[in-house]
Amino acid sequence: MKLTERLRSLTRPVRSVPLARHLLVGLIAFLVVAAIIGSSSQYLQTRYAEMAFFAIAAGGLTVLTGLSGQLSLGHGALMAVGAYAATLVLERTGGETLADVFVALLVAIAVCAVVGVIVGVPAARLHGPYIAGATLTLAVAVPRLANQWEFLGGEQGLQVPVPRAAELPVWIQDLVWFFTAAEIDQYSFLAYLGWFLLILAFVALANLSRSRIGRRWRAVRDDDVSAELAGIHLGRARVVAFTVSAMCAGLAGGLMAMNVRLTAPGAFTITLSLTLLAAVVLGGLGSLTGALIGAGVLAFLPHFATDLGESAGLSATQAAEVTPVVYGLVLMLVILLAPAGIVGSLRMFLARSSLGQTKEKTT
Amino acid sequence: MFAVEDLSAAYGPVKALNGVSFTAERGQVTAVLGANGAGKTTLLRTVSGLVRSTKGSVKLDGKDITRTATEKLTSYGLSHVPEGRGVIAELTVVENLRLGGLHRATGSEPMSIERVFELFPRLGERREATAHMLSGGERQMLVIGRALMARPTVLLLDEPSLGLAPRVVAQIFDLLRGLVQTEELTVVLVEQNARSALSIADHGVVLNLGKVVASAPAAELAADEQLRHAYLGF
Amino acid sequence: MQQFLDTTLGGLVLGAVYAAFALALCLIWRSTRIVNFAQAAMAMVTTYIALSLINVDVPYWVAFLAAIAAGFVLGAVIERVIIRPVEGKAELNAVILTLGLFMVLHGLTALVFGVQHRGFPAPVSTNAMTVGDTSIGITPFGILTIVVVAVVMAGLVVLFRFTDLGLRMRASAFNGEVSRLLGVRVGRMLTLGWALAAAVGAVAGMLIAGGDLVNPAFMDPFVIYGFIAAVLGGLDSPIGSVIGGLILGLSLSYVTGYVGEHLAPLVALGILMLVLLVRPSGLFAAAAARRV
Repeated sequence: MKLTERLRSLTRPVRSVPLARHLLVGLIAFLVVAAIIGSSSQYLQTRYAEMAFFAIAAGGLTVLTGLSGQLSLGHGALMAVGAYAATLVLERTGGETLADVFVALLVAIAVCAVVGVIVGVPAARLHGPYIAGATLTLAVAVPRLANQWEFLGGEQGLQVPVPRAAELPVWIQDLVWFFTAAEIDQYSFLAYLGWFLLILAFVALANLSRSRIGRRWRAVRDDDVSAELAGIHLGRARVVAFTVSAMCAGLAGGLMAMNVRLTAPGAFTITLSLTLLAAVVLGGLGSLTGALIGAGVLAFLPHFATDLGESAGLSATQAAEVTPVVYGLVLMLVILLAPAGIVGSLRMFLARSSLGQTKEKTT
Repeated sequence: MFAVEDLSAAYGPVKALNGVSFTAERGQVTAVLGANGAGKTTLLRTVSGLVRSTKGSVKLDGKDITRTATEKLTSYGLSHVPEGRGVIAELTVVENLRLGGLHRATGSEPMSIERVFELFPRLGERREATAHMLSGGERQMLVIGRALMARPTVLLLDEPSLGLAPRVVAQIFDLLRGLVQTEELTVVLVEQNARSALSIADHGVVLNLGKVVASAPAAELAADEQLRHAYLGF
Repeated sequence: MQQFLDTTLGGLVLGAVYAAFALALCLIWRSTRIVNFAQAAMAMVTTYIALSLINVDVPYWVAFLAAIAAGFVLGAVIERVIIRPVEGKAELNAVILTLGLFMVLHGLTALVFGVQHRGFPAPVSTNAMTVGDTSIGITPFGILTIVVVAVVMAGLVVLFRFTDLGLRMRASAFNGEVSRLLGVRVGRMLTLGWALAAAVGAVAGMLIAGGDLVNPAFMDPFVIYGFIAAVLGGLDSPIGSVIGGLILGLSLSYVTGYVGEHLAPLVALGILMLVLLVRPSGLFAAAAARRV
């Protein structure tokens, strides 16, 4: 037996079980990412951290729009819910330890799961412009609530306590030092945390979309009548998809709060929701890799665009408006230049890639 | 005179019309017959420019109208009456008729709605009804009346008997026969119901798989037992 | 009692504006089966055009007409250039396209005019009127708003019910192919539908801006309120849109007056969901149920 063959047979259990394979890929990815983060400047570390939470939210939205065929323009609102939930928990616990951080994020996810069910149940019965209008209303309505109740801090928002690097467990500090030859600090900590959770979330989403549940979602998306005839409970499949995607938004919102250090309604505008949509459409609906690319654009483009605008002689506030113009153009161009339509080209793409997979299996 | 020469059309790789030629004389009813899928409706849609022709020509009194925009044909005196579902269901009877008269044949006198109601008294009783409230027969009367509002010289009728009771079909065909004489119309009548169509037609054209397989005076076609069995189903 | 009266009057004025906006959405829905999520941004652009004219001492009413004309042109151009390719395609495409347009118009306006708030004049007083010595909750501008919306609505009714042009537009919207066979230039009618809608939207923008502050985001709430009002009325019915607008205006005015202004959008969402789930074809629909 040749060495390569023996290796292949050794790794077979890992390759044949999707979860194990995804976890392995995830672990390798995290090591690579950690090495990159460790050797990056503070500016880049902040961008990476930003990219991580955008990618988590975009990944959730991708699962919803790309796999189950539903649209949500309300994910900015769900991020707001996550952000406020995490902030309130951190306020109570003081946010000094790693445990505080994870508790806060778990609460954010849990709260968003509940909200996801509440929104997802009625949303499952809507389509096209109707679900767009309803979720857009959600995007406007939810952040306004912060002004309604005092404990949410009104327009000024709430400060978010985050653990200082020195308060992190010693083993983490040591690990980071051995691995990257750099001390962990506030900025790199948030980047590590963000990417760790991002990879975890994507492994979970990839696994889910390969599973029975994922197949059901695709069936519902492609032809809801046939799916229903095949015994799939339409409403339930859609609600599950909405809830999963809301949980991602919640996690992303919690991370965003820690990064921004301030949770205020002004951060969760319609534009945030539409921006997430732009990331998903840009990356290609239904593809997690696409969501990651889209999130990268979201994290880096504003700075490039603003610099560009300022060097062209615009004021800082005006230059900040270059970014939404670009996002808007992206949305329009993708739709106009893919004549079969997003859904159409997506189906063609999926059809091709799934053909590829069956070929792989038969060889 | 209305003439179709070597007309061809395709849906993607499928040839739906393959070199169809025939002429329809003024003051006559020319029936275009054939089974489902023979290309009858495609023929009318190609003449109207709803389907693009790949070859051949359509001539109206010697004038080539092959590539004319659909919207312009009524001004040339050519009206295509889609089958009975072609009423605009959300508009009332009167509104449907008004719409028909908006784009008349160039130089023609307007036709009064009352004249249509004289021809189809049934419609006159339901003038303010929304078209989706009408029965199948009433709808068929409405689309024919609407086409007449444009003062056409050529009337293309797509399956006017579709889904109607034999008594109603007879009634509509009688009216049609009368119109051909009084209005000096050229009528191209596409029909699957060959027996009824031949009973009022002067000339008949039989299509099969996009080609003309027979073209002869109506009485001759009705007498050809072999042809009737093979293509006309009676 | 006084507060109730004031809140009601305020709600009627608000409702009139929502009605105008819903009417614009309804016109577009009827002609192309598209919900135009960029409607508010388009109206915001035309309002800024009017403001620029007013700032160089053009009389208010001339600027008002200019805004309408600008809306008309903008609507026509957008339909021809941007919307035409997605007409009749998957509905998600049109939704995403109009949202992209919303962002672009929004951003471009901010780039050109800046994001700061600017005062917008009104042609008549925006102070509450008084009867005897008690002030009542309506301003002369509020009354003007209601009158203008009523005139616009009446104009549209006349256009659609009694003119040949209106008949052509309705026919094109209901059945494009049959209309073409009858000689109607359907493409032109759809463009005209968008142009008219944008002109109505421009009127709404002027009424919202009057006597208030404007910035590129000032029309944003109307994206959703106009949509909700139109859905209340069934999206297909102009009269329904107007009634939907009034109902929404009154409801939100009461919520703002008695419960808390920040809850208004949430209540609007509640109303929307209730209508979509209980009466999907709108409050006044006579026709068959629609799929939402």
